Amino acid sequence: MRPIGAPSGSLPRWAYLPAMAGAVFFVLPLVAMAFKVDWSRFGSLITSPASRAALLLSLRTATVSTLLCLILGVPLALVLARHRGTLVRILRPLILLPLVLPPVVGGIALLYVFGRLGLLGHYLEAAGIRIAFTTAAVVLAQTFVSLPFLVIALEGAARTAGSDYDMVASTLGAPPTTVWWRVTLPLLAPGLISGAVLAFARALGEFGATLTFAGSRQGVTRTLPLEIYLQREGDPEAAVALSILLIVIAAVVVIGLGGRRIAGWSAGG
Amino acid sequence: MAELQVSATLAERGLDVHFTIAAGEVLAVLGANGAGKSTTLAVIAGLVGADRAVVRVGNRTLTDTAARVCVPTYDRRIGVLLQNPLLFPHMSVIGNVMFGARRHADRSGARLCAQRLLAEVGAADLADRKPAELSGGEAQRVALARALAAEPEVLLLDEPLAGLDVAGAASVRAVLRRVLTADSRAGLLITHDLIDVLTLADRVLVLEAGQVAEYGPVTDVLAAPRSAFGARFAGVNLVRGVLTEPGVLCAADASVWHGNPLVTVAADVKSGRPGVAVFAPAGVAVYREQPHGSPRNSVRVRIAGLEINGAAVRVRAEEQADGSAGLAADVTPDAVADLGLQVGEQVWFTIKSQAVGLHLADGHT
Repeated sequence: MRPIGAPSGSLPRWAYLPAMAGAVFFVLPLVAMAFKVDWSRFGSLITSPASRAALLLSLRTATVSTLLCLILGVPLALVLARHRGTLVRILRPLILLPLVLPPVVGGIALLYVFGRLGLLGHYLEAAGIRIAFTTAAVVLAQTFVSLPFLVIALEGAARTAGSDYDMVASTLGAPPTTVWWRVTLPLLAPGLISGAVLAFARALGEFGATLTFAGSRQGVTRTLPLEIYLQREGDPEAAVALSILLIVIAAVVVIGLGGRRIAGWSAGG
Repeated sequence: MAELQVSATLAERGLDVHFTIAAGEVLAVLGANGAGKSTTLAVIAGLVGADRAVVRVGNRTLTDTAARVCVPTYDRRIGVLLQNPLLFPHMSVIGNVMFGARRHADRSGARLCAQRLLAEVGAADLADRKPAELSGGEAQRVALARALAAEPEVLLLDEPLAGLDVAGAASVRAVLRRVLTADSRAGLLITHDLIDVLTLADRVLVLEAGQVAEYGPVTDVLAAPRSAFGARFAGVNLVRGVLTEPGVLCAADASVWHGNPLVTVAADVKSGRPGVAVFAPAGVAVYREQPHGSPRNSVRVRIAGLEINGAAVRVRAEEQADGSAGLAADVTPDAVADLGLQVGEQVWFTIKSQAVGLHLADGHT
């Protein structure tokens, strides 16, 4: 007799072949890189002054832009989740735009806002504030590309959660701000964590918008991905070592903090 | 504590209700799904706007669309208990109740208040649990304690017992009864359960299609319902018509109903006013031929269904001419066998006039 308990609605057998191929397609490049790296020089490669400066800059800017994403993205996601007005309907696709936009285009767009001759940069320049090609520009570029990740994750979670708990909290005498901090946000914690992790990982890997809008000045705007791209020309082995480092950091953040949450989010929509 | 005055019109949902609940009184609101019960509740709690509405608790005006007054929900002091307890899952049981008490107390005061209320609803030993670890009845009792912790002047209950098993519902009902009778809060209870009405409510309001179809003391409405929903709810037969002369009602299908003079409206009621004839299914006899003799009401009906109802068989007739629920007769299984009753056959329902109450259909005055 066949063992019972095999799911009756199981997938067709042929589906496992492309599935396996897909998995290999993801894993193989990583394996190839691990083979390529010169492990005896790995330590010195990733601790060179240029590498250290790039790594620190990346961690600092990605952290700040994640915070910025939280400050702007959490209210934005909740407004999108709770309202059905015309403005919201127009706004939602626009916020998703950076997801499909080439980052270089995002960088150019940011230049036209914050650059010396840009929409706002024009006035900022007059006030003596320069943003383009500074560390602040790196943060803005990263925030621009990672904000949609946070907003999508959180909006989905907020929609699923609904507003019943908030309603009950208000009947218990809690004003909206109290409800926000004590009910709405705690209930959205899983979505908040997954959104922040995704935003951080995206910010860490940001390249195109940063290069266009912030340039590549060592210690100021040259983040890890930019350093890797630069090293690829002169010292390919250093580039590979730094790539491994970037992958490890991203993996630690994503798997360590929110792997399961992210899985849950993508399953939920 | 204070009385609750409600007057709300909401064209979009066909709602047009007006009623008052005295301090210490519990009003049961009955009605089919979509009749506007929950919308009414939402208007009172300030969760839904209305085209025209006035909501007052004592001398506090919470909503007055004419004067552009709309107090936000959190300042209304109107407690709400829904079918879903909606305990905050990230807080312990006592944390939930303290959340309600924080409106008027500091942290230690809120804790004392929460402990007292948890004891009152018989949930003192659950204080440190998480909501996910509670049974349905326990969660609903904790939700009640939380609602009371905010010291509401009015308590709105929207089918609080609907999702519970028999034991859970009984435990919550007992606590609700104690709470509602102990203090002088006005209470509004939406329910589909006769037991809830009998045990918890003082008055009954029946909503039909957004309008108040009936309003009065529980005993009056259940003994002599004047609305189709009220009659179905109370399990009695109801025939609508016009009171033509004392003790006589002429129904829409021209059938004439004679009522018991003792349980019938005063003789001085002007003829031509809308009225209803109400009688219990047990008072209905079933015949194949039209019977003659003592003053009886007889009506020819077609059998739509036969169902067991306790020790009797309930013979349900097809809808009445005006679309109201079909009349019902409770007869013995022997009688069904003797008469050979079958669905689809035409028979005579006869009711002694002594068993029929005639009432005015425009309110329990």
